[in-house]
Amino acid sequence: MTDISLHRGISVHRIGAMILRYWYLLMSSWPRLLELLYWPALQVITWGFLQLYIAENANFFARAGGTLIGAVILWDILFRGQLGFSISFLEEMWARNIGNLMMSPLKPIEFLLSLMVMSLIRLAIGIIPMTLLALVLFHFNVYALGLPLIAFFCNLIFTSWSVGIFVSGLVLRNGLGAESIVWTLMFAILPLACVYYPVSVLPAWLQHVAWALPPTYAFEGMRALLIERTFRTDLMLEALALNAVLLVASFWAFLALLRSARKHGSLLSGGE
Amino acid sequence: MTENDKASSRPTVADRISSAAIAVDHLVKVYKQTRAVDDISFSLPHGSITGLLGGNGAGKTTTIAMIMGLVLPTSGRVQVLGYRMPEDSASVLGRMNFESPYVDMPMRLTVRQNLTVFGKLYAVKNLADRIAELAEDLDLGDFIDRANGKLSAGQKTRVALAKALINRPELLLLDEPTASLDPDTADWVRAHLERYRRDNNATILLASHNMLEVERLCDRVIIMKRGRIEDDDTPEAIMARYNRTTLEEVFLDVARGRVNGAKEAAR
Repeated sequence: MTDISLHRGISVHRIGAMILRYWYLLMSSWPRLLELLYWPALQVITWGFLQLYIAENANFFARAGGTLIGAVILWDILFRGQLGFSISFLEEMWARNIGNLMMSPLKPIEFLLSLMVMSLIRLAIGIIPMTLLALVLFHFNVYALGLPLIAFFCNLIFTSWSVGIFVSGLVLRNGLGAESIVWTLMFAILPLACVYYPVSVLPAWLQHVAWALPPTYAFEGMRALLIERTFRTDLMLEALALNAVLLVASFWAFLALLRSARKHGSLLSGGE
Repeated sequence: MTENDKASSRPTVADRISSAAIAVDHLVKVYKQTRAVDDISFSLPHGSITGLLGGNGAGKTTTIAMIMGLVLPTSGRVQVLGYRMPEDSASVLGRMNFESPYVDMPMRLTVRQNLTVFGKLYAVKNLADRIAELAEDLDLGDFIDRANGKLSAGQKTRVALAKALINRPELLLLDEPTASLDPDTADWVRAHLERYRRDNNATILLASHNMLEVERLCDRVIIMKRGRIEDDDTPEAIMARYNRTTLEEVFLDVARGRVNGAKEAAR
């Protein structure tokens, strides 16, 4: 798996082999499967009941029905998308298998593409039951958002992959000692991306930071849709442009960190 | 034939390097203040088995890692099957393979699942047949559908060897291939490696602490100490040079700095 091979042909067979590897793993371990369902279900139940309580006691939230639970679902797409990517990567580190992959004909871009596909599969296993639970328990149908949901989903998943690619590079370079970054980095985005409140709540200087993050556009777009019944195409296009920059930057960072790992011999150790 | 013709037909250094299975040229690896590998050069012809000997910290693993492209050299050049590493590794990684104690195979996957995944990564044709062939050759049949994590050390080594041979590599790099194995299993693995080399004209480079293994398997030995090559010859020639009857005695001479005395005594 080399930097130089980046510009050569991408093999669907090798990407398929990696997806097969993660599928075998997922199917061999019921705790892994259960975990995919457990956290999203817990989230939607907790926040769903909170939304019910607020809706009964506040006119604004009664009007803006679904913003909280919608935010929870979109946040989970962002967070679980990154975890789905990063956990598949960490499985290689935990299994001390990364050396085998690096020495195989697998290219970095193929490895990353297989992690992206796995993040979608893992996300689907967790999120689809979560949305059905929201529908049954709280009568919130996220699919009623229609086409805008696809725009929100794409922008959030692109950001989750960018973060996933970057933190995987950090773990590759620094070993499992850097594993905690995988679990925590996305939470640094949580307050800044204005998941549960509008950007206008932030102080002016911090609003600039918020608008530099693509997820902010998705959450603002979701609120505009639910409260004002308007789909903000401009927000989605801006988010898409930012995501393109983030994806390129994260891939570049991954290759730089991979090169640094080769330079420092970290691919052989991989430990703490 | 003119003098010019003779000169042009004589293999140049560049020819020797490009025709070798592995060519290492003035290779240096520095980690902060430590020179792990200090200006080593050697080339290995196709079909040879070479042992890389040396104590802990001699630079064997770093040398093998640079040949594989897992570690970038500080300076110098590595060429594998005619391609520069790691720049051209995409052209050569499918034709080589390795086994190392520094890596494992995924524990939850069965042996068959692991071999299937690696077979697909190496684009092995008729993969099911190849896995069946390896299962027979390496006696994996009893546990091929068992999770890798539930195997004994000896079984895991055989599985790792099966993974290393899945693509019928022209070049096999082995780091301590029989470490932690009982003598019977170790002997069995050595016999298999000898057979594989003979049947496939494969080139094998193995790092080992096991002198008997190197004596039995290798037609050439490179002894390393503190990142440098201390000696490089056939096992017989090296033992004769040091006036010793086993490589283990030679190893102890080198490790304990008795090199000059031993060589002078031999003279």
